[in-house]
Amino acid sequence: MPASLIPARHHVALLQLSDFRNHADLLLRLDDRPVCLIGANGVGKTNILEALTMLAPGRGLRGAASEDLARGGSEAAGRRARAWSVFAELRQGQETRRLGVGLESAPDASGPKRMARLDGRAATSSDLAKAARMAWVIPAMDRLFAGPPGDRRRFLDRLTLARASEHGSVAGAYERALRERQRLLGEPRPDGAWLTGLEQEMAAHGAALAAARVETLRHLRQAIAARPSGAFPEAILALEGDLEAAFEAGGVSADIEEDFARSLRAFRGRDGAAGRALLGPHRSDLLVRHGPKDMPASLSSTGEQKALLLGIVIAHVRALSQDPGAGPALLLLDEAGAHLDAARREALAMELLALPGQSWLTGTDASLFEAFDRQAQRFWLNEDGLSHAPQV
Amino acid sequence: MSRSGRALFKQRGTAHLALSPRFSGGSKPWDISIIRNRTPTASPEIERLIELLAKLPGLGPRSARRAALHLLKRREALLAPLAEALGEAAAKVAICGQCGSLDAANPCVICADPRRDRTMLCVVAEVGDVWALERAGAFRGCYHVLGGVLSALDGVRPEDLRIGALLERAAEVGVREVILALAATVDGQTTAHVLSERLAGLNIAVTRLAQGVPMGGELEHLDDGTLLAALAARRA
Repeated sequence: MPASLIPARHHVALLQLSDFRNHADLLLRLDDRPVCLIGANGVGKTNILEALTMLAPGRGLRGAASEDLARGGSEAAGRRARAWSVFAELRQGQETRRLGVGLESAPDASGPKRMARLDGRAATSSDLAKAARMAWVIPAMDRLFAGPPGDRRRFLDRLTLARASEHGSVAGAYERALRERQRLLGEPRPDGAWLTGLEQEMAAHGAALAAARVETLRHLRQAIAARPSGAFPEAILALEGDLEAAFEAGGVSADIEEDFARSLRAFRGRDGAAGRALLGPHRSDLLVRHGPKDMPASLSSTGEQKALLLGIVIAHVRALSQDPGAGPALLLLDEAGAHLDAARREALAMELLALPGQSWLTGTDASLFEAFDRQAQRFWLNEDGLSHAPQV
Repeated sequence: MSRSGRALFKQRGTAHLALSPRFSGGSKPWDISIIRNRTPTASPEIERLIELLAKLPGLGPRSARRAALHLLKRREALLAPLAEALGEAAAKVAICGQCGSLDAANPCVICADPRRDRTMLCVVAEVGDVWALERAGAFRGCYHVLGGVLSALDGVRPEDLRIGALLERAAEVGVREVILALAATVDGQTTAHVLSERLAGLNIAVTRLAQGVPMGGELEHLDDGTLLAALAARRA
C-alpha cells in the first residue's frame, strides 16, 4: 500500500519544554513515525519522556513532585519552586489539540501555581487525561515481577488510571479513610460510629478501586488474547485480592461493599493490634505467569521478563486505543532495547509500527533502532540539547 | 544564607552586601530570603499594614504591598471606611448562640427571622457554606454550623464540633427534618454518617444532599462513581 493511504498515527506533532529538568528550551517537530531519542547517559532523554507523561494524570514516570521538575531543581533556587512548562500539539487525522502543563510564576510571592491548559483554555487534569492517553515502560520496572506486590499493584493502578482518570481520586479517598481508621484504632477507646463511617467510606471507595482494576484486567486479557504470542510471550494475568475476586465472580457492587464493611468491622481488634489493615484492595497483587512456559514470570530470565512486560504494556495501549471514548494512546519506552536481543528488537519495531498511536523510544546507541530503518524519526541529543535534527 | 552572613547583613543593613555570593551561602544572589530580610523601606505603620494584609487568603507579600498602597492613596474613599468597618466588625460580629454562624446580632438574622421554617435544620461544616446556600436562595429553613468535619489525621474530634448543640436543637419540639449538607469527601461523608447515627433515636427524618449529574454536565464526561450515584439517586 502506498504510504499516503495508511492513516497517520495519533501523534505528537510538536513538543516544547521550557526549563524542564535539564532542558532550558527544547523544541521538537515531529511526524507520526516512532520517535527515537539517542544520546549518552545523562543528556536528558528520559526527561523528554517524563515531560510527555506530565500531560497524563498522576505525577509522571518518575513520580516527581511538580516543584522538583524545574531546571536546576528546587534546591538551587533556595527551596523555592520555579516555573517550568511542557507544551504539546497532538494530532489525529485533521484534528490538532494543544496541551500545556506546568508550574506558573504567580504575580506575588505566594509561589508558582500548577497550571493545565487545553486548546488555549484552563483545563483540569482529567480533561488532559482524555486528550493524551499514554503508557510507559521504564528500567525501574525491570524488577516488577520479582519485586514486592506493591510495585505490581501500582503498575496495575497506573494502567487503570490511563483508562479511567478518576481512579486516582478514588484511590486517594480510600487511602485517606484507611489511614484515618488506623489512627482511630490506635486510640484507647475509639468512637464506634466514627469507625463505622470511615469503614463505609473505605468500602465504597475500595469496591470502586477493585471494580476498576478488574475492568482493566478484562480489557488487558482481551487485548493479549487478540495478538499472537511470538517474540512477546503471552502473559497470563490474575488478580489476588478478596474484593477483586468477588467482582470477577460476578458479584454485585453493593453486596461486595457491604461485605467488606462488615469484615472491616469484625477485624477492628486485629487491625488495631497489627497497626495496619490486613484486608482490602491496598493489599492486592497482580499475578503474572509466562504463558508458553507455564511458569511464574518472576522465575523467567531478565530478557523474558522484559519481553512479558512489553507484551502487557503493548496490549494495554491497544486496549486503550480501542476505547471509543478517546483517541489512540502513546507508548513511551525508556531504554527498552537494552535487554532485548536483535530478533526481539526487530519484533518490537514491527509491533510499534502497527500501533495506531505514536511510540517514543530512548537508547544510548543508534544501532538499537536499526530495525526501524527509515520508518522512525531519530533525534540525537548531547549535553547542550538537540545535536542534530532528524534524518528524513 | 549562613547564620553569620545573615547577622552581618542585618547589622549593616545594605542590599549590595547580600548580592555578593559570599553572603548568600553559595546559593543564588537573588535568593528570596535576602528580600525578606531586607531592612524596611517604609515606616513601621506601613510595614505592619502590609504584613497584616499579606496574611489574608489570596494575598502574598507583593499583592499586599499593592493593596496597602491602593488604600493609602485613597485615604478618604477607602482606607477610613475600611478601618471603620473592620472596627465595627471586630466589636460586634460574634458567633450566633443558636446556629453557630457569624453575625452582628445574636441570635443571628437568619435564626431571628420569624418567616424561617423551624421544622427544617440544615447542617453545614462552615459559615461559608451557609453563605453559599443563602446565595442560592433555595432553602427557607434554619442552619446549624458544625465548625468543621471530623478528621482523625487532622485531629478534629467529635467534641471539637458543635454536635452536642445540634442534638439539643434537633430534639426541640417541631423539628421534622435534619439535612446533612456536608462535602462529598471522605471526612464530610464520615461526619455525615456519625451524625446520622447520633440523630437516629430522635424520630426525625435525616437526609443528605444528593450526588449526581452537575448542572450543565454531560453524561459522557462523568466519572463512574458519579454516574453510579446519579443512577442510585434517580427520581420520577
